Amino acid sequence: MANAAEGAATKGGFRAWLNKRLPVDEFVQSQLVGYYAPKNFNIWYFFGSLALLVFVIQIVTGIFLTMNYKPGELTAFDSVEYIMREVEWGWLIRYMHSTGASLFFVVVYLHMYRALLYGSYKAPRELLWLIGMCLYLALMAEAFFGYVLPWGNMSFWGAQVIVNLFGTIPGIGPGLVEWIRGDYGIADSTLNRFFALHVIALPLALALFVVLHLVALRQTGSNNPDGIEIKAKLGPDGKPLDGIPFHPYYTLKDVVGVGVFLMAFAIIVFFVPTFGGLFLEKPNFEPANALSTPEHIAPVWYFTPFYAILRAVPDQRLGALLMGLSVLVFLFLPWLDRSPVKSIRYRGWIWKLAVAVFTVSFLALMYLGLMPAEGTYVMLARIFTIAYFAFFVLMPFYTRVDPVKPVPERVTYHA
Amino acid sequence: MRKLMIVAAALALVPAAFASEEGGGAAAWQTWHAGNQLGDRASLQRGARNFMNYCSGCHSLKYVRYQRIGVDLGISDELVKEHLVPPGAKITDYVVTAMPPADANSWFGIVPPDLSLITRSKGTDYVFRFLKTFYADPAAATGTNNLVLAGTAMPHVLSDLQGVQRAVFDEHGAFQSFESAVPGHLSAAEYDAFVRDTVNFLDYAGEPSKLSRATTGVWVVLFLLLFTAIAWLLKQEYWKDVR
Repeated sequence: MANAAEGAATKGGFRAWLNKRLPVDEFVQSQLVGYYAPKNFNIWYFFGSLALLVFVIQIVTGIFLTMNYKPGELTAFDSVEYIMREVEWGWLIRYMHSTGASLFFVVVYLHMYRALLYGSYKAPRELLWLIGMCLYLALMAEAFFGYVLPWGNMSFWGAQVIVNLFGTIPGIGPGLVEWIRGDYGIADSTLNRFFALHVIALPLALALFVVLHLVALRQTGSNNPDGIEIKAKLGPDGKPLDGIPFHPYYTLKDVVGVGVFLMAFAIIVFFVPTFGGLFLEKPNFEPANALSTPEHIAPVWYFTPFYAILRAVPDQRLGALLMGLSVLVFLFLPWLDRSPVKSIRYRGWIWKLAVAVFTVSFLALMYLGLMPAEGTYVMLARIFTIAYFAFFVLMPFYTRVDPVKPVPERVTYHA
Repeated sequence: MRKLMIVAAALALVPAAFASEEGGGAAAWQTWHAGNQLGDRASLQRGARNFMNYCSGCHSLKYVRYQRIGVDLGISDELVKEHLVPPGAKITDYVVTAMPPADANSWFGIVPPDLSLITRSKGTDYVFRFLKTFYADPAAATGTNNLVLAGTAMPHVLSDLQGVQRAVFDEHGAFQSFESAVPGHLSAAEYDAFVRDTVNFLDYAGEPSKLSRATTGVWVVLFLLLFTAIAWLLKQEYWKDVR
């Protein structure tokens, strides 16, 4: 790999001039061509690069939205409609941003689920997982602040509910809520600080975590569907026998993934941009109104599993605590999972059952969070909340007794 | 291709199927569908006329300009000025009502809402049902009430066209059916068409880009199909070496 870099450096021309001053070839060599990834990636491995793509889409469309969006309780709603109607291609930019927000969570949830299936959070990738969790938490905050900005009635009341959750913290709660809002209610000052956080603070944090996530990934190398460390079997050239250069193999493969993803993205943007009220909710086409509460307040679909947990608990303070824990519990996954095996392919029936229970619980809670909190819905939310937490709390025990299968030496790959 | 055409034909039949559901059963009105077609330009133009004649006295479309309506619905600037722009307003102005909000408040107890986004926040079916379910109610200040929005402050401004209908309730106060008290200028079918055109125009006004975005979308998706196919072939070529 050093040859190419040297070759470029000794040759004349602009490239040599550039490489003397900036290690472009060296970077491409070490990070893309010289980076060996397992050759047995399946469909689950598209979502990391897709998350990066959506991040870029959000940043670019966000820049153009910011040019015409006017934060402020008297201007925000009107400026969004101005973008939708009078800015050239403004509707497209806005729909790309609103669709991008939802699809960001789709790809991130699938990306995280992949880690669960193949044990990608287990040693030596604990830190990679933790940095990824930081990304997820920052993304949640970013999405929440962004959701408030159009200043529709659901934005307003959603902000009310979420910010008030901090009021349940004993002692400092009420003061904290006032400090977050900068007023006695969700108001102009709240909107302006949320705007600042949405367009500067959190994008910066996200960009930093993305870089750290990639650096940590390069350090440990990617896991794969078999959960085998490819670095353990090196060829005579010192390269992993089951590895292939990231570029051109995975860059080209990812481009195919990008094409398929963009098709789904375009179909939503051009044909069903509100996605039946799931991506853009009907009450949000009415301006924020402190005197008119929407019939039932629900967050956007990607927060509803946690919202369902909040509402499942009769005590508000305990509910808020469990809601927070239901997100943060993912941080402990590398240490809760005591199985000697990474991939679900070689784990036993207990783990498979547990993952199935968790999957059903998460999706059920997602659905229940969109429904009104009454009758059977609450009862079901309680059952699935218990199942959800049982998956994590009991994990150290059932992963130790799970009858695992022998893990092969080399990855399975069918050309 | 044949499959696609069958699907398209099935989709085209959907509004007709809904239309045939109308009438019959106490809750039938809750299943009425607007069935408006944004592709029907004549309907949109009639809807614009209806809105200006019957709605704009009280309701504004504060995000929509007269000129934009003309451009989007294929009405020339001259015709827009002649028929849609009220005296004293310019063609580039937004569609705002001449009624001062303070007066509106003292007459109706509420300022009539802006309708720019009514079909987006409530849906087209809501507006369709609302405009069709006014009934005489001597107890109401306006003399009329509404099934969709009980106690509405809005008088039945279309009663000339629809006529006045009485609502029949059972002993529990549940709505049973309508009966005509005073006939209107329009037949039931004509009135439906009138409301459908008006809803169609409001659907357009809620999202002007809706007229063209699906057309743009078809080209975008076709391009992406081609792009993905080429990317896939390229990937296959390179991956031949991987064993």
